[in-house]
Amino acid sequence: MGRKQNRARSPSPAPEPEAAAVEGEPSVQARPPMEVLYCAVCTFPIEYCEFGSSITRCKEWLKESNSALFDELYSDEALQAKIGTLSLEAQAKLEQDTAKKEAKAEAKADAALKKKLASQITIKRIERTKRKHVTAIHGLEAFNIDLKKAAKQLASKFATGASVTKTPTGAEEIVVQGDVAEEVREMLEEGVGILKGVPADNIEITEEKRKKGGD
Amino acid sequence: MFKKFTPGSDISGHTPVKSSVQRSIRNSILSQWKIEPETLEAIWPKKEGLVLVKCRDHISVYTVKQEPLFFQHFDESFFPTLRLLHKYPHILPAVKIDRGAIRFVLSGAQIMCPGLTSKGGELPPTEAALQAGTPVGIFAEGKEHAVAVGITKMGTEDMKATNKGVGVETTTYLGDDLWALKAL
Repeated sequence: MGRKQNRARSPSPAPEPEAAAVEGEPSVQARPPMEVLYCAVCTFPIEYCEFGSSITRCKEWLKESNSALFDELYSDEALQAKIGTLSLEAQAKLEQDTAKKEAKAEAKADAALKKKLASQITIKRIERTKRKHVTAIHGLEAFNIDLKKAAKQLASKFATGASVTKTPTGAEEIVVQGDVAEEVREMLEEGVGILKGVPADNIEITEEKRKKGGD
Repeated sequence: MFKKFTPGSDISGHTPVKSSVQRSIRNSILSQWKIEPETLEAIWPKKEGLVLVKCRDHISVYTVKQEPLFFQHFDESFFPTLRLLHKYPHILPAVKIDRGAIRFVLSGAQIMCPGLTSKGGELPPTEAALQAGTPVGIFAEGKEHAVAVGITKMGTEDMKATNKGVGVETTTYLGDDLWALKAL
């Protein structure tokens, strides 16, 4: 969806020829859409930033990108007017809640980042028949990599089959045909294509031998 | 409806909609919303095929060029997505909640009558009273843009009279998982 963060917000839905031209509307009768300025930090329309969980960063962003609007929205009079019909205690409680929410969201983001940095990627070389192997790559999803797309990229790079399969534990991994463990590691370290954002220390190569006997 | 919605597990398929079905959808939208055919044409050009995204619990989301535009539960009324309502706020009748209710709505609460009837709230006047089961845009005191989309659970006159319980059921609100989805 086209985000209209940096476009000017029109104050009223009055017909504006420019707005109509932007949307490329075929008819002159159609009502032009209203321009809404969305916050780049919390994605809400800017007037709702105060109810989000990142008000401090939202304020900073708005001040930088559009200081006139910032003054309009966060000036003292505006703050006074906003309180409106709400009683003082309710307002105080609201502010408290917002602050609490913000702290909570920050803690959550921190924890997520830590988890991301700590999570390991294992590249496992699994022996099939005789000297044939497959390579299983596990743990990519922790780095926000789309497994399906990554599998496709690996398949076209190595010109072999690569698929996303479910492991018995319920997680998903990429299985590439052929012994490509080292190449995959190099790709991850260099960040080729969509395989980005993985610290080199978190990559581990293991090997799984087929049990002897049987055939 | 979209408080918890993960595209990976909750979507069961994308299918292009037959042109005859598209025509009937277009007609029912034109009759359900206060929208001019030209405006609808601008939102959803005739040439552009509609794609039905089937989701869990019989929710259907309709997209044009991957952008979710409106959704439906079973074959009930169509609701615009909040982003669409922001662009075209006039398409749904409006109700207004007071400032104290905003934060509850933003975490997915249904709209209780007192939030609509109090000083900061607003309901349509008697001559434009709404029936139960009407899709409405939910606006907020002191704010320009809609905060949620919902469906009335009782007539607006009843809300004024009883002033108790759920008045409007929230279907999608600012910050829910449908809001987070920009493309389907």
